[in-house]
Amino acid sequence: MSPSIVVDGVTKEFSIRSTRTLKQRVVKRLRGEEVVHSFRAIEDVSFDVEDGESIALMGLNGSGKSTLLKLISGVMRPDQGRVLTRGRIAGLIGLGAGFHPQLSGRANVYLNGAILGMTEAEINAKFTYIIDFAEVGRFLDTEVGHYSSGMQARLGFAVAIHTDYDIFLIDETLAVGDRPFKRKCLKRINDLRREGRTIFYVSHNTNQVERLCKRALVLEQGKLGFDGPVHDAIRHLHYDEDEDPDAGEV
Amino acid sequence: MTAPAAHHPAGPLAPPGGSGGLAEVFRRRYLLRLLLRKELQVRYQGSVVGLAWSYVKPLVRFFMYFFVMGILLGLNRFEDFALHIFAGMVVLHLFTETPGAGTKSIVRNKSLITKVQLPRETFPVSSLLVSAYHIVPQLIVLAVMALVYGWHFDPVGIGAGLLGLVLMGVLALTVALFFGALNVFYRDTQNFVDTISIFITWSVPMIYPLERIYSATERGALPDWGVQLYLCNPLAEAVLLFQRCWWTPAAEDSATAAREQMPSYLFERGFISLGVALVLLYLAQRRFTRLEGSFAERL
Repeated sequence: MSPSIVVDGVTKEFSIRSTRTLKQRVVKRLRGEEVVHSFRAIEDVSFDVEDGESIALMGLNGSGKSTLLKLISGVMRPDQGRVLTRGRIAGLIGLGAGFHPQLSGRANVYLNGAILGMTEAEINAKFTYIIDFAEVGRFLDTEVGHYSSGMQARLGFAVAIHTDYDIFLIDETLAVGDRPFKRKCLKRINDLRREGRTIFYVSHNTNQVERLCKRALVLEQGKLGFDGPVHDAIRHLHYDEDEDPDAGEV
Repeated sequence: MTAPAAHHPAGPLAPPGGSGGLAEVFRRRYLLRLLLRKELQVRYQGSVVGLAWSYVKPLVRFFMYFFVMGILLGLNRFEDFALHIFAGMVVLHLFTETPGAGTKSIVRNKSLITKVQLPRETFPVSSLLVSAYHIVPQLIVLAVMALVYGWHFDPVGIGAGLLGLVLMGVLALTVALFFGALNVFYRDTQNFVDTISIFITWSVPMIYPLERIYSATERGALPDWGVQLYLCNPLAEAVLLFQRCWWTPAAEDSATAAREQMPSYLFERGFISLGVALVLLYLAQRRFTRLEGSFAERL
């Protein structure tokens, strides 16, 4: 087996400017106050993901999960260390980010597919699957602005999940919608896993994580706090102690 | 859907996304095409006059120049005054539209840039292509107008026109790329670009002919090197090349007009300007690539 994601000593620092204008900056400088604060969203994180592996990324809100996903998808570059990947990456991060409310569902499927890196032929080949999956049937030629938020989210998810890529970065909060749709999303993710694609799954839901992944990473304030079997990760997070609000789902 | 059970991507490990720069934009031209189509489709949606708005503005400007500058201030005392203005306006349109729109394009598309990995140069490039799309009908109007004024086919002129268009396009893209990236960090940039664009109309031989610059030097109103400085402006060079294509061939004595109304070494200057513009484009692209690394966190 060979790795498909290598994260090697990665640090990502954000600088927050407390001033926006030149005047404010000068005033703060004169008073001797700090103008730029920086904090480390990700600090010296290293791990490999094997080709075809499904791995969960867990951690509390604000622990750096989204930043790590953006580093792996290439939206952000690390300040230190390196991120290497093999194969095409589908980042299910900003689903429907490219949707334009004034364009029809059909036009948006093509636009969003192209944004995610699909070719025209690839979108044509997947088009009916995408539409079936999103269940937008008769609204296909309606402007997306008239869709309900659930429909928009379903369409966004449907496009991204039908990319024929090698690595899927999936944020669980995106498996949106009602219970039947959520179930369908998980089934599709499971199919992708069985097809041997690498899956990087961000979730709080212990049931789903246990179902989909064997290995989990836990981020704690930007540092890699745990890397190992899912059950131990859940125990590490003390998620097993609480009553899971999503228990019994799926 | 079924796929083979074993799914092994080939190829070496590499940093995700990569930064192929402008080349990457053209590799993903399907995306560029769809974004362009969206831009054109969406811009005038819900407007009664629609795309025609793109022509109302230049038209109003044209008549303003024509009446105020030409007739009231008496600048129209040279041959084919109206054609001279309009030819200048058509080629300059690339530069009056692209830098403004391109500078704002990165910030405007932040929802995409912060979430999806795609070549970010796509947005400034698409600003250029939107402007280019809009000048196609203007070119047709210009051609009809030139024919009415007695234009005749002149292969050298056509070459000059093409060179002028390419030069203007490269300059516009350079500015759009550089300031588009800078605008992410300093939103002052867009105001700066808007302010600079006020000068542009007056810095090229459009409302007045080049001859005016020469005569101002002779009168002593400009220093001797004023003409050379004026001609160093690549925008002026691009407009002159375009005038060589549309305006001088319409003159009664076109050979004399081409000789007397154009600076010496017009083509040499054109190619040198294009070379310089390409170097600047390369530098702008490099700067863009460097700044791009922090787009996602700064937007």
